Amino acid sequence: MIKIENLSKIYDDGTNTIKALKNINLEIKKGEIFGIIGLSGAGKSTLIRCINRLEEPTEGKIFIDGNDVTSLKKKDLRKLRKNIGMIFQHFNLFSQKTVYKNIAFPLELEGFNKNEIEERIKVLLDYVGLEDKIDAYPSQLSGGQKQRVAIARALANNPKILLSDEGTSALDPKTTKSILDLLRRIRYEFGLTIVLITHQMEVIKEVCDRVAIIEDGSIIEINTVEQLFKNPKTKTAMEFIIKLKSDITEEVIKPNKNEFRGTIVRLGYSKGNAKEPVVSNMIKEYDVQANILAGDINRILSKNIGHLILELQGDDDEISKAIRYLESNDVDVEVM
Amino acid sequence: MADLIVPALIETLHMVFLSTIFSLILGFPLGILLVITEKGSIWEKKQLNRILNGVINILRSFPFIILMILLFPLSRIIVGKTIGTTATVVPLSIAAAPFVARIIESSLKEVDRGIIESSLAMGASAGEIVFKVLIPESMPSLILGITTTIINIIGYTAMAGAIGGGGLGDVAIRYGLYRFQTDVMVVAVIVIIVIVQGIQYIGNKLSSKINKK
Repeated sequence: MIKIENLSKIYDDGTNTIKALKNINLEIKKGEIFGIIGLSGAGKSTLIRCINRLEEPTEGKIFIDGNDVTSLKKKDLRKLRKNIGMIFQHFNLFSQKTVYKNIAFPLELEGFNKNEIEERIKVLLDYVGLEDKIDAYPSQLSGGQKQRVAIARALANNPKILLSDEGTSALDPKTTKSILDLLRRIRYEFGLTIVLITHQMEVIKEVCDRVAIIEDGSIIEINTVEQLFKNPKTKTAMEFIIKLKSDITEEVIKPNKNEFRGTIVRLGYSKGNAKEPVVSNMIKEYDVQANILAGDINRILSKNIGHLILELQGDDDEISKAIRYLESNDVDVEVM
Repeated sequence: MADLIVPALIETLHMVFLSTIFSLILGFPLGILLVITEKGSIWEKKQLNRILNGVINILRSFPFIILMILLFPLSRIIVGKTIGTTATVVPLSIAAAPFVARIIESSLKEVDRGIIESSLAMGASAGEIVFKVLIPESMPSLILGITTTIINIIGYTAMAGAIGGGGLGDVAIRYGLYRFQTDVMVVAVIVIIVIVQGIQYIGNKLSSKINKK
């Protein structure tokens, strides 16, 4: 469906050259949800923008259904873009147009008449569950509603591909979930191919079939999501997974924080010292009791890395001494 | 008094109205061109952008009254004379056009880059983006800009009065200043103040009424 060959992007402003993408090779299958994850500045945004040429690649080729996108002339490029929907982190709706007019925009570009446009918009709004917002302006909508309108607009011309540029990054966890559900539904019902970029492993885990990890302009790992969680090949992948797991445990603990009597601390073992019995030594050494609430240790690149969430009970003075002891033993301590 | 002020008021309104229209006709497309030919914009033309910027800066550097005098020959060609209200419209419009171009430019530049990017992603051409996105999205700001333009032109017409343009400025100078009829000058100035206040008020109201952001 989408095939990227030896893609490179170099920014050159005369004084500095930045290699944003280095020799990217990627194949995305029809009907799959393909995620590209990386930290900010890794090049993921540049990569997704090359697919519809919002960014011009410096080198390499991109094929969609066998047609070389990189050689398209302006007019053909516009035609191609009408077949690729795109949504953005900040929604990018027209602020002076109603929901109706926003969704009508791509349909007007295609030259549909008024009745056809009206009919299509009704179907789309019904699909994203916002029929009652047809005459609202974007400023009157919540973030999740704005992204639903943006999705309806992106789907207006029945595209074959949907690109999501951090489409859920500005949304809260609950809204993120509902938008991801919508994307999953779209894929099943329309057989759309979805390419999304994100910095949240949660998004990858929720909806993606396969994932590419991008770091410093290069793809360092391509894997199915299942395999990635079972057996990540790279340290960066591991770190994303650990971050996700600790986010989840913290989500479980934080709302119940007031139910604990002691001090809740999060111990991070990032230096590979999770094997040493620091916690047990701490209990022996100081007059504190430790109640284990959650934890996760992963073996990566022959080191044990992870985190542990404890409730420490005892004298304030003893607790702070115990925390200092942990810190002196290379454990990162965060009081929650 | 009234038979001095009323015809002068009509002359001023006549000059302001026509000059606003013509300076917009000249300046609006220039403002659009300034924005879209810029580096990284939807119709990048570096050379054209440099020339436009240069010409607009040069025209804006001229003291208005000198530009008017320089443009009188053009008035003779277009309207057949160099004295009178209609004759003044030619230099007024041309002198105000570069100002209008800058005002339009700054309004259009307020449109969020992301909105233009999403329009491009939907397959819009440069022309479609200008007329269906840039202008409608910046309309509240454009209205304020046009309000500023009208008020600026009112100021210009007062100066144009000094070199035979007629209008309230002309009355204020001829009767008020040269003939020491202070009352005429005061009334003429008050009428100008009322017009300026009124236009600014309407502009502000209109702009915030249509703004949906």
